[in-house]
Amino acid sequence: MAIGNVGIAPAARRLSFRTRVRELLDRESFLGPAFVSPAMLLIVLLVAYPFAMALYFSLSNSFIGRPSHFIGIRNFINLWDSDAFRQTFQNAFVFTGTSVAFKVVLGITLALLLNQQLWFKRMIRGAVLLPWVIPTALSVLGWSWMFNSLYSVINWTGIAMGIMDPPGPNWLGQKYYAMTAVVAVNVWRGLPFFAITILAGLVSIPKELYEAAETDGAGPVARFWHVTLPLLRPVLAIVVLFSTIFTFSDFNIVFQLTHGGPINSTHLFATLTRQVGLESGRIGEGAAISLYLFPVLMLVVWAQLNFVRKQAN
Amino acid sequence: MSRKLSWKIAAHLLLLPFLLFALFPFYHMTLTSLKTDAELYDRNSVPLLIRQGITLEHYKKLLWETAFLTWTKNSLMVTAIATSVSVVIGTIAAYALARLRFFGVSSFGTGIFVTYLVPTSLLFLPLAQVVNWLGLGDSKWSLVVTYPTFLVPFCTWLLMGYFRTVPKEVEECAMVDGATRIQALFRIVLPIAIPGLVCAILFAFTLSWNEFIYALTFTSSSDEFTAAVGVTSELIRGDIYFWGSLMAGAVLGSVPIVILYVFFLDYYVSGLTAGAVK
Repeated sequence: MAIGNVGIAPAARRLSFRTRVRELLDRESFLGPAFVSPAMLLIVLLVAYPFAMALYFSLSNSFIGRPSHFIGIRNFINLWDSDAFRQTFQNAFVFTGTSVAFKVVLGITLALLLNQQLWFKRMIRGAVLLPWVIPTALSVLGWSWMFNSLYSVINWTGIAMGIMDPPGPNWLGQKYYAMTAVVAVNVWRGLPFFAITILAGLVSIPKELYEAAETDGAGPVARFWHVTLPLLRPVLAIVVLFSTIFTFSDFNIVFQLTHGGPINSTHLFATLTRQVGLESGRIGEGAAISLYLFPVLMLVVWAQLNFVRKQAN
Repeated sequence: MSRKLSWKIAAHLLLLPFLLFALFPFYHMTLTSLKTDAELYDRNSVPLLIRQGITLEHYKKLLWETAFLTWTKNSLMVTAIATSVSVVIGTIAAYALARLRFFGVSSFGTGIFVTYLVPTSLLFLPLAQVVNWLGLGDSKWSLVVTYPTFLVPFCTWLLMGYFRTVPKEVEECAMVDGATRIQALFRIVLPIAIPGLVCAILFAFTLSWNEFIYALTFTSSSDEFTAAVGVTSELIRGDIYFWGSLMAGAVLGSVPIVILYVFFLDYYVSGLTAGAVK
């Protein structure tokens, strides 16, 4: 077979090589995997592999610069003996629950207002979205100055208006005030995402439905409850799920405003992970803390996927 | 008519507290960055205004006494490379997921979506080890390598939505006329999806410019810092905060994003809603 081909081989092979590549690229079963392989490689090497490492660390007594031993799930159990961890666990739910609740209520309100006839529509939208695009790490510096124990502009204004007794609360130094402060900044940063997305949902509600409701004698409140809210449900569900993940795993705001203090009262999983895993070098324990994020993450992902599939059907 | 007008005015009035909430921190940051230290730390002065004159002292300190320009250069480099690489990888992956049928396509799509939702704070600890093994510890290149882990899933997810809106028939027509699939992709599909590409570039740029936890964890010497990390770690020394310069750094560090934002506001709005509404 090989001998018979010798004479015509060079020309034919060159031609067939080019057409073969061409044909190969036209074949979906080749082009598809070829196109997704860079992304796949990246995810395997820099997401799946580190994740497996986190699992491995969490099952060991790994410490910076020391050989580690397998200790099973002891890290996950021992964490419950730590006051800091128990406090963090509670904080994460308080922080996420309150922030998301405020963002939903204020987000709907703001979206309804933005959906009205406005004079400077584009400028107002631009202003509303600003906290979301500015680097959080930098804007939070501004907030920490606004919450400063001596020069807080919030306290100054409150005192000047007569609604605070001088010297006003020490926002970042007192337990409940510190939590209020980090929640407020999270709401400030996350509100634009809620408002703009809900606004897009509002715009897509057919006008006829409102007109029909109006002819049936429904007032503005009834129209909101029976037309707007039910039709916003899909958008709201997605926004809440997204926001839950990113609020639950938030790092910047707490790290820069309070460093988890006072006495761990604002620590979240991410900030405690850094403190234990990096600053104290107890990698095993740190990895276990960060993995406590995982069940919540999985739950939300599962809910999202379910929801997306239901929408698709 | 007058009822309509009064409602319009009421809507504006009701928006005022929201606008104040959104914008006041930026006003206060800028104001603080321009105040003299004497006024800044005078407890009897009015914090809402500048009364004792504007000063550029804090900006001078930031620019000439810290490595702010180096940090900004680092940020720009990391952001530019990570964004271009991620948009390219994301574009071809999104095209494959939106248009091609091949083995494992749906599970790969799910994989991308799950990765999209994995927060950076879950992975920074083990990634720091990976970065060290790659020999990139304390280097801005570690960020170039790791930022695509959240940018690629994001771009893929966003662009999939856009590619699906391009009618299949347009592409099939071109292929019937003799174009290969690759040619059809470059000459037909991508030009139609340009708004999507612009969106992907803008968001990838913003996300990587704003990234903090990886940059904070993987770099430790001033030469390698990004803008946000440099400002926070060099202008806060233990308990001493150089508030004026900190605010100047916060203002200047936001400038590239603000410029993009002013020019591409509509893309930001549509990109933001694309994920949730499409």
